[in-house]
Amino acid sequence: MTEHRIAIRDLTRVYGTGETAVHALRGINLTVRPGEFVAIMGPSGSGKSTLLNILGCLDRPTNGTYVLDGEDVSRLSRNQLARVRNRKIGFVFQSYNLLPRLTAVGNVMLPLLYNTEQRLSDEECYQRAVAALERVGLGDRLRHRPNQLSGGQQQRVAMARALVNNPSIILADEPTGNLDTHASREIMRLLQQLHAQGATIVMVTHEPDIGDYAERVLHLLDGQIASDRPNGARRRA
Amino acid sequence: MSLWRTIKVAWEGLMLNKVRSFLTTLGVIIGVGAVIVMMAVSAGAEAEIADQINALGANLIMVMPSFSRAGFGRGMSMGPGRMPGLTYADLNAIAQNVTGINGVSAERVTNQTVRAGNTTLEEVPIVGTTSGFPQVREYRVAVGRFLTDVDNERAVKVAVLGYDLAQELFGDASAAVGQSIKIGSVKFTVVGVMSPKGVVGNTDYDGRVYIPITVVFKKFTPARFGGDNVGVIYVSAASKEGMQNVMEQITRVLVREHEVDPASPDFSLMTQDSIIEARASTTETFRNLLAWVAGVSLIVGGIGIMNIMLVSVTERTREIGLRQALGARPRDIRLQFLLEAVMLSLAGGLVGVLAGVGGSYLFNVLGTMRTALVPASIPLAFGAAALVGIFFGYYPATRAALLDPIEALRRE
Repeated sequence: MTEHRIAIRDLTRVYGTGETAVHALRGINLTVRPGEFVAIMGPSGSGKSTLLNILGCLDRPTNGTYVLDGEDVSRLSRNQLARVRNRKIGFVFQSYNLLPRLTAVGNVMLPLLYNTEQRLSDEECYQRAVAALERVGLGDRLRHRPNQLSGGQQQRVAMARALVNNPSIILADEPTGNLDTHASREIMRLLQQLHAQGATIVMVTHEPDIGDYAERVLHLLDGQIASDRPNGARRRA
Repeated sequence: MSLWRTIKVAWEGLMLNKVRSFLTTLGVIIGVGAVIVMMAVSAGAEAEIADQINALGANLIMVMPSFSRAGFGRGMSMGPGRMPGLTYADLNAIAQNVTGINGVSAERVTNQTVRAGNTTLEEVPIVGTTSGFPQVREYRVAVGRFLTDVDNERAVKVAVLGYDLAQELFGDASAAVGQSIKIGSVKFTVVGVMSPKGVVGNTDYDGRVYIPITVVFKKFTPARFGGDNVGVIYVSAASKEGMQNVMEQITRVLVREHEVDPASPDFSLMTQDSIIEARASTTETFRNLLAWVAGVSLIVGGIGIMNIMLVSVTERTREIGLRQALGARPRDIRLQFLLEAVMLSLAGGLVGVLAGVGGSYLFNVLGTMRTALVPASIPLAFGAAALVGIFFGYYPATRAALLDPIEALRRE
């Protein structure tokens, strides 16, 4: 029985050794329940990128444990981490990170191609990618390439890509950092919508008004959690 | 990711930089082309040698004068009044005393003007020879007869024409027999026409005139200038197994005739094998050169591929980081870039095969060198190209696979 989607205990991350060692995270304890929408905030250097990298299984903690969806992922090999990223995590990046030579559908299909457990046929991959694009409201932009789409549309393609493998958590790293106010609102509305449909979302941002869209806001300072409060008066996009 | 999907991804990667991809393959193209041309050239040379042996006749032994004991000392050991070299008398001695032979012949060539009616041909090769010639050289008479021993003993002025020459002079081979021709200022009667043999090596057999060798000595190469020298005596052994025995007999006969020390005779014997070796060594030089070109091009081509793949990995670091974030394992990334390298080298291999086949064909058509395409050289060259791709693609692909996803994603 999994009570927590994310359970982190006494997590530290130290870069380097000896006197030059940098303590990016100094003992984080954090749990996230399924269906939560958490914003991680904090000034630059507070350790929020490091925490996000560990949450995304791109990096491993120096000490402590990270249990994702009932599986301890703190000591996995590179290959095992790749599988966890593919199956359990959907990334949304600040700069979209779409491959310019692929169409919207092609970009969304990418995670499915690396799904070695389900081995979907080309047709199934395509259908699931189309369904994901329809979920983010881009059912009419399937064949468009990134340079034919606006910034907000590109970020929605990236969100469809994050959704397509039905991940346990969606990790958004400054998802509105490259967008204007209008497009930002659109993206946040979409995130809230996904949240309402039951998705677990962890978002890193340094903009307070973007953090306000989440239902729980975490403040990081000097590698530790400075505050962790529910966001009662959260904004609706 | 499945192999087929990775192949598609690798292909897309190559198509990002079409010109660059093509230029990268040039080294492999040259290398593979050189492998194919190299093998075609050596096969062609072998075919050429086989043809020349056929033209020369089977189980042939050549007796040549040896000048290893030059100067006055040599004269002391010889019979009185004997000129150095091989003579018509030697030829007769071999014909009469050596057993197990099919025929003996000698050739003495001189270039003369040939006239028949109103037709005049300059610089026609006139071959003085003996009755054994058709037998020894496996060359048949088409019309009439060949020279006989009597022709040579009495120095009868008769001629046998090459097939093309007969047509040129008289319009038809059968019309030539019985006609007269003038070689230089000497009148000859045509007694036969040889069947067509064609050009072998540098010799156009069909454009020559064959007359008794004794007539050549008398009329065209005065004996006092060593003109009765037969140059080379050709002996055709009856069987391959008997060749050694025949050679021993020839040596015995000539040592006796020339009255020389058997330890240092004034003649030497050569067989087809030694001719083949001499011939093969010239083409071997060219083949070795091409082998070097092929090897060096493949290595340089491989380094070029490695270089461009390293550039490609650096340029696409972000893409690699993204793929890793989406679940690509190190081995997926490695396979993707390895396949790109192999595709580059295989594409180079394909173009190289076409270039090599085309090059071999051109060599043949232009007459530079005889070539014969070796079918096995195509898979061989292709395999070499694939190996180059794998070998030189492995390092860049491994570098891509071991990139840290966080670093890779941060790269601009």
